[in-house]
Amino acid sequence: MQDSRAGEDNRENNGVIKDRTNSSGFKLKECYYPEDVSGIYEEKLGRPGEYPFTRGIHRNMYRGKLWTMRMFSGFGTPEDTNRRLKMLLSHGETGLSIAFDMPTLYGIDATSKRAHGEVGKCGVNVSSLKDMEVIFDGIPLDKISTSMTINAPANILTAMYIAVAEKQGVPQRELSGTVQADILKEYIAQKEWLYPPEAHMRIIRDMMVYCTRNMPKWNYISISGYHIREAGASPVQELAFTLADGFEYVKLGINSGLDVDSFAPRLSFFFNSSISFFEEIAKFRAARRIWAREMKETFGAKNPRSMMLRFHTQTSGYSLTWQQPLNNVVRTTIEALAAVLGGTQSLHTNSYDEAWALPSDQAVELALRTQQIIAYETGIPDVVDPLGGSYYIENLTDRMEEEAYKYFRKIDALGGILNAIKSGYIQREIAATSYIHQKKVESGEIKIIGVNMFQKENEEPINILKVDLRAERKQKMRLREVKAARDENEVRRSLERLREAYEGDGNSMPFVIDAVKKYATLEEIASVGREVFGDWKEPAIL
Amino acid sequence: MRRIKVLVAKPALDGHDRGVLVLAKAFRDAGMEVLYAGLLPTPEKVARIAVDEDVDVVALSLHNSAHLTAFPEVKKWLEKLGAKDIQVVGGGIIPPEDRKKLEKLGITGNFGPGTPLNKIIEHVRKAAMKKWKLESSGR
Repeated sequence: MQDSRAGEDNRENNGVIKDRTNSSGFKLKECYYPEDVSGIYEEKLGRPGEYPFTRGIHRNMYRGKLWTMRMFSGFGTPEDTNRRLKMLLSHGETGLSIAFDMPTLYGIDATSKRAHGEVGKCGVNVSSLKDMEVIFDGIPLDKISTSMTINAPANILTAMYIAVAEKQGVPQRELSGTVQADILKEYIAQKEWLYPPEAHMRIIRDMMVYCTRNMPKWNYISISGYHIREAGASPVQELAFTLADGFEYVKLGINSGLDVDSFAPRLSFFFNSSISFFEEIAKFRAARRIWAREMKETFGAKNPRSMMLRFHTQTSGYSLTWQQPLNNVVRTTIEALAAVLGGTQSLHTNSYDEAWALPSDQAVELALRTQQIIAYETGIPDVVDPLGGSYYIENLTDRMEEEAYKYFRKIDALGGILNAIKSGYIQREIAATSYIHQKKVESGEIKIIGVNMFQKENEEPINILKVDLRAERKQKMRLREVKAARDENEVRRSLERLREAYEGDGNSMPFVIDAVKKYATLEEIASVGREVFGDWKEPAIL
Repeated sequence: MRRIKVLVAKPALDGHDRGVLVLAKAFRDAGMEVLYAGLLPTPEKVARIAVDEDVDVVALSLHNSAHLTAFPEVKKWLEKLGAKDIQVVGGGIIPPEDRKKLEKLGITGNFGPGTPLNKIIEHVRKAAMKKWKLESSGR
């Protein structure tokens, strides 16, 4: 079918070609030349694996080691998720990444009234240590690294992971993996918190200190721009707000008495790769340069590893359309390519059916194959930072950096990122960008195939994964069994000790681990914090 | 002409508020009076706000697959509170077969991702008209 807009004439009525602006709001030139790039090569770019790491954090990048193919997965019961994880490992996945359901993310048990209808829907449900034992059954935790997308209750899930590993005979010092635990971005985007910001920052501090001392291979914060972008931020806003959050965690570590080089190498990042191809690549490169400079010059890091910005990337869920879902395979491929050209350390590729539901087995496999084709067939990983030196990419990288610094100054003027969040400034900036974006989609200025261009009358339904209420019933039953089998007195005492730790200023982490091992439930543990710290209501955004 | 009063809400454990914030702004730009129920209200709370504020339409949005339990729950509470006439419209990541189920329960719209704002605004307008008609006929 021919669309009347195919081969569209881009000239306005007076014959002048329309200006082009990218999604960060930069006006683009028609072509870029040597004079569009300034500065000294060694200072701004340097060699890969060397300061300021603009071109990548490793000397030989993907020749030495491909990115980790890490597919975010989890749904239904722990048994369902255990099966999906094993399937992915058998297909050649190289690291695990667990998605939890909404009740788990909000520290609510499957048996709670508020969890009804949500158990296992958006991820796997974890209400007690028992569930974690099932998720990792038969998966050797000394050989595989696990990333857990958990924020507000990250201390509790870290404790559960420690306890499961112990049962497998793996000591905590050998565990490698990541918890997201980036609470600042929760107040900015996604909005999954339990307590006020200060309380969560204190809990993160406890985790930082505990893990720095006891878990040398555990990355305890994954500073996330992903959700900020999905919530509507532009690429440059994603860059600026994420790095500003990162600086705040560095200050937290330093203020709690840790040497910056003892913890900075454990901080990693998590970015979005959406459909604005060149902007994404420039964003990753700018992020590395800014982080390296600030770590060295502002925070006094000496170890080059403290200056290296390592990051995981996920392709954009928001860019996927419900309409003509197979088109999403193409979008994800382009976005994955940007992540690889930007030098990502690990990657999740979304499945084409995710605007419909949680991904099916078939869709997940295709998404993983997309990465494998880029990795093994294209030759793209053979050369480090292949776009380095492109006048356009270097100019865009510089612009990203400049604009990010403008936001840093604005955030400083507001009294730091915590105040900028508490006043609602960051949230309103994002909501404004998102509304302007939507209006441009409505007007056709931003074009989305199948949505406002080349639409089809009838969408053919695709096969999707369905999670029914069986998961909820099973989880409720399991939790009742756990409660019947545990020693109630021990549970009560462990929670009491945790309360005392929360009320004081000592490290709470050992007490969380103890409570978890006694099979105190997720909600019971989270509720101790609710009672001590209270909750948090966000400022008006509208 | 009478101004339409609409309550936008996410009646479940779902903090993905991009869509609901865009809708709130769009409804406001379309001349409606807009209330936002804030984060994580229970279906009961949403219904109570709707009744207390005497809104015409409750616009629900969810991205966490809880629509089949949460949307009908709001409807149930509205009926319980004697506000059967307040119209409930929905949207979010809602598979086609769920759409039919929600329609049957009187929850209309159930728009998926990528639906033009004008289409949603028009639907809310029609829903408000329906409520006003029910009002004038003494419910």
